[in-house]
Amino acid sequence: MADKLRAQQQLEQLQTRYVGVGHADTTKQYGSHFFSQLEWLSNVQRDSLAAYIGHPAMLEHFSVALNEPQERVRVQFIDKMIQPCGPPKDKEEI
Amino acid sequence: MTSISLYSLTLVPPSAVTSSVVGQFSGRRQQEVITASGSRIQLYRFDPSAGRLVLITSTEAFGIIRTIKPFRVAGSSKDCVIVGSDSGRIAILEYKTEQTRFVHVHLETFGKTGVRRVVPGQYLAVDPKGRATMIASVEKNKLVYILNRDTNANITISSPLEAHKPRSLLYAVTGLDVGYDNPIFAALEVDYSEADLDPSGQAYREVQKTLTYYQLDLGLNHVVRMWSDIVDRQSNLLMEVPGGADGPSGVLVCTEGYIVYRHMNKAVHRVPIPRRRTPYDDPSRKPIIVCGVMHKMKRDFFFLLQSDEGDLFKVTIDYNVRGVEALKIQYFDTVPVAISLNILKSGFLFAAAEGGSHNFYQFVQLGEESGEKEFVSTEYVKGDMSDYPAAYFYPRQLENLSLVHTMDTMNPLIDAKVDNLTGEDAPQIYALSGQGPRSSFRTMRNGLDVTEVVASELPGEPTAVWTTKLAAEDTFDAYIVLSFTNGTLVLSIGETVEEVTDSGFLSSTPTLAVQQVGDDSLVQVYPKGIRHISANKEVNEWEAPLHTMVVAATTNSKQVAVALSTSEIVYFELDDDGQLNEYQDRKEMGASVTSMSVGDVPEGKVRNSFLAVGCDDRTVHIVSLDPENTFESLSVQALTASPSTLRILSMPDSTFVDNSQLLDVSSTLYLHIGLYNGVYLRSVLDTITGQLSDTQTQFLGARPVKLFKVMAQDQPAILALSSRSWLAYTKDVNFMVTPLVYESLEFGDGFSSEQCEVGIVGIEGSNLRIFMINDLSENTKSDALPLAYTPRRMIRHPNRALFYVIESDNNTLAPDARQELLSTSRKQSDYEDLPAEEFGNPKFTEKWASCIEIVDPLSQEKPARIDLVDNEAAFSVTVCSFAASPRRREEEEEEEDRKASGDGEESAYLVVGTAKDLTLVPRRCGGGFLHVYKIVDEGRGLEFVHKTEVDDPPVAMTEFQGRLLVGVGRCLRIYDLGMKRLLRKCEYKSRNLNNIVTINVAHNRVIIGDIQQSVTYLVYRHADNKLLPLTDDVVARHTTCVTMLDYETVTGGDKFGNLWVLRCKEQVSRDADEDNGAQLLNARTYLDGAPSRLDMLAHFYVQDIPTSIQKTQLVPGGREVILYTGLQGTIGVLAPFVSHEDVDFFQQLETILRNEARPLAGRDHLIYRGSYVPVKSVIDGDLCEMYAMLPVDKKRSIAAELERTVREVERKVAGMRTRYAF
Repeated sequence: MADKLRAQQQLEQLQTRYVGVGHADTTKQYGSHFFSQLEWLSNVQRDSLAAYIGHPAMLEHFSVALNEPQERVRVQFIDKMIQPCGPPKDKEEI
Repeated sequence: MTSISLYSLTLVPPSAVTSSVVGQFSGRRQQEVITASGSRIQLYRFDPSAGRLVLITSTEAFGIIRTIKPFRVAGSSKDCVIVGSDSGRIAILEYKTEQTRFVHVHLETFGKTGVRRVVPGQYLAVDPKGRATMIASVEKNKLVYILNRDTNANITISSPLEAHKPRSLLYAVTGLDVGYDNPIFAALEVDYSEADLDPSGQAYREVQKTLTYYQLDLGLNHVVRMWSDIVDRQSNLLMEVPGGADGPSGVLVCTEGYIVYRHMNKAVHRVPIPRRRTPYDDPSRKPIIVCGVMHKMKRDFFFLLQSDEGDLFKVTIDYNVRGVEALKIQYFDTVPVAISLNILKSGFLFAAAEGGSHNFYQFVQLGEESGEKEFVSTEYVKGDMSDYPAAYFYPRQLENLSLVHTMDTMNPLIDAKVDNLTGEDAPQIYALSGQGPRSSFRTMRNGLDVTEVVASELPGEPTAVWTTKLAAEDTFDAYIVLSFTNGTLVLSIGETVEEVTDSGFLSSTPTLAVQQVGDDSLVQVYPKGIRHISANKEVNEWEAPLHTMVVAATTNSKQVAVALSTSEIVYFELDDDGQLNEYQDRKEMGASVTSMSVGDVPEGKVRNSFLAVGCDDRTVHIVSLDPENTFESLSVQALTASPSTLRILSMPDSTFVDNSQLLDVSSTLYLHIGLYNGVYLRSVLDTITGQLSDTQTQFLGARPVKLFKVMAQDQPAILALSSRSWLAYTKDVNFMVTPLVYESLEFGDGFSSEQCEVGIVGIEGSNLRIFMINDLSENTKSDALPLAYTPRRMIRHPNRALFYVIESDNNTLAPDARQELLSTSRKQSDYEDLPAEEFGNPKFTEKWASCIEIVDPLSQEKPARIDLVDNEAAFSVTVCSFAASPRRREEEEEEEDRKASGDGEESAYLVVGTAKDLTLVPRRCGGGFLHVYKIVDEGRGLEFVHKTEVDDPPVAMTEFQGRLLVGVGRCLRIYDLGMKRLLRKCEYKSRNLNNIVTINVAHNRVIIGDIQQSVTYLVYRHADNKLLPLTDDVVARHTTCVTMLDYETVTGGDKFGNLWVLRCKEQVSRDADEDNGAQLLNARTYLDGAPSRLDMLAHFYVQDIPTSIQKTQLVPGGREVILYTGLQGTIGVLAPFVSHEDVDFFQQLETILRNEARPLAGRDHLIYRGSYVPVKSVIDGDLCEMYAMLPVDKKRSIAAELERTVREVERKVAGMRTRYAF
């Protein structure tokens, strides 16, 4: 039991220190763990969006396609990072 | 599986600017501009006499530079730059004037490498007093470093102080001007922690954006969140307001539609961003500020802020001791939308454009007398900003700024084709570049651009030309001497060019050489002798022995040597009295002499001690002219062909110079040899022993090479003439041989007059041409032809020099939609459109403007344009001849009838794929169309035939065995031409595909590239009319461009900036073609894909997004290379290695250089080139070329490690470039 608790504490520590550290229920598969899956996908989306902004060529790529100034595209992408995959599912619903 | 080895080289570096700053980086009074583009850092200085920005240095940093900021620690007179990159390190760079390069002062690691969400590097902010800097990431992390200087005036940096805030996103950050109080950084943040937990979505809708002050307590050495307040949800940008003694401090928060002044415990002031008064105004679009600049003057300051349509607004602040009284905004001028704006104290504005050329403006006035309406914050105090009526202004041409200089760029470069339409020796690159109305069709060729000064017709066809001055101390040339087959003509240079009859030259005979010798006399060498003409026209003649002729001659200001038809060399030297004296002996060469050269007399010497003699037994002899051993043969070199010209000339060279003295480079003596077979060689001539070594060769053209000594931008250079004209010169430290973009000349010489100080004179047919070389730093020349909208794709007419270009712009009003709006709006029906190039096309959400244009690159004109209507946008284009269709057969019959009546025209069709009502985010589409046009009028016209609806936008198509192969979304279809529409003949569909973006075909093989799923090889089976997949990839590459290298191999690029080479297994490839049974048809799919997988042969990260890729030959006589173009304007090649020794050598060199030439921004080179997939089978030529830039001792030690000499290494590195590219 003590081991489990310690592992739990260590995980929590990692989760606070690093963004996107998952937990035992994190899974990509569709199914019962919709909550965690959303969390995982949100993380992927946020990482991708941050990379789009961070690579100047990629930002320009989007900007040329959308025909919008890069600043507008950049702000749109950060806005999208707030909630990239919609609101989380209610825990009780699952 | 055989392996390949490639050598990557950048030919044209990216020209898109990511970030630009201004400051006194060299410590002088003059301000300089530093730009970051791609992985390069460039320093520019304004040259007032030329009226342009001059590139001083450009450094490859081998890392993604995301942002740069200048700073100056107190008491210093020199600015440094901080670089935010993907290296996980903060780099502080200083520009070393004497070395003309950047060095890093500090390189502090703070996190992981790569562009990551939580690793700082995206944002940089600097305290205006240079005491601290904040480096931040998009999410969570912010680090503050304290900057200071020690007693020796070196910059010091503290360990980082954390100001992290988990689950918060950062939009903008800036240093606050607080005078000498504790430094404060202002940040625009959104905290998403609640939105992440609330399932109802209520918290997400109520997410707030805050302006937060982070204060660095210098006493306690920590960072605190000092103040935080809610600002508009749409805010995007912060601008610092001067503080301390200079202003009220605080920040301007730019948001959608308006600008707010905010400061801790101070009143809020708001002004709207004025909108353009046009009939096309889209009320759903609110202007935002995309970039801005604050400029401090002696007692005042102002802001120039640019809206997303390119309008500049001048913002001023009225303030007193209590704080801000009013914020004012006024329309200033309109310039193309910029990434960053910089104001120089000398009154210039540098605008680094998002797309197209960067502009450099001069301030004419500051908008005080413009009479533009000013909007004042006192009128916008209460309530919501949306309650107030919108502020409007009338856009107009530049009034406050005047354009001084434009820096031409290729950014964004969307498509390119290499082709030789003009029949020159080397092919040209035809490229589509630019964005919106600033787009252009470009013709690029390798070469130096020249300006023609004079071109005049002569009475006959001269065989040679010389210029000469009359006396040694003259600065300018006085005579142009022209030799004809039967005479000589002397022209004087002055206001007018006139024939001179009293020059003393023998005019009844052709001339072999002309030289000004001694103080003020001239020498003319002609087939029968030498004529020495003194200043008072007294003539001394030396006559060639009976029955002999002078066949070759060489001269300098003290020496004359002539070769006789008996293979004897006669040598003359000028004595102190100015008399030419013949040396007592003659040298017998044994073979007839074809050419000779004696170099210039070195400064402080009485003679040049070497004579180079070329004989027709394919040898070059170096003969001594020293009095001790005159005519002693010093060395002999065998050649592949007889030399046609020789030229001894020293050229600047850095090999043995200390790097600190790079500015006054010493020279090395070279023997330049031109051969009859069109090859040019350059050998080092040892100044003591006369030995030849280190030969570099280059093929110049089909005609014998003639070499001439000229001056080009203050450096001695060689003009080499073959079937093209070339210039051999030194750029930075590299030896370059570049063709001139000019007529091919037959003879040339240097030219200098009052009007044209450093020029070249040449003859071409019966024309005399005088020209100047513009810029040695640019070795490509591009001609631009403007286009209407952002170009998407182009295709060449099957056999004529014409291109069909499709263009489309999102969120733009097409002419038909504009007309509609104009007719419905009550006011301004007589509205006149603003020139789109400066003001952009009117924007309107979810509208498309698109057209097809025919471009004739040779005459630089556009014969026809077809605008698409009904909100359709073109995305793909191809030419298809529909050989197999019944309609076509019918037509052919008709044509045959017509042919009989003498009216024959090959009939091909242009097919354009369009999308209707396309929205990109989120992706929605009202279907796609295939427009078919008949190509008429010798390709110069298009006749609409019909259009066919398809379910998805067709993005890729090509002709395939006389039918049309189209990628429609995830389907691949074959269409044939029908009477009323295209007829679907065959379809291939796969769950694995998302959107087919490229198609390549060869025989029965079809290779498709998917937007996410890499490439798939298919085989078309005639018998079953089926497309069957045979192999696909294991990596999900986001393909952008693909080309076939051979039947089994493809190379391509992806959206993340990688280049790769993939090959199909030989067995699979053979089976697919031989299999006539049902083997493939019934093959088991593997993991939902094709039965087999591709092998990856090579992989390389190039940073820029490849937009086109092609296998082509770039230099005449060179090998084929893979040429790619990148979105940001990069043009580069991957060249195949010829031998294993070369691969080993360059691999070794690359490994050493990775350690010895550490990248500037602190990124590890190997990891950088393997950002997504580890580098495979590609050697980075850009890194190998860094060798030439290293200090001498480092060069020596590396060369020793490679067991070669420094020269050998340099020659090998340079040779790779000249062999394949330019």
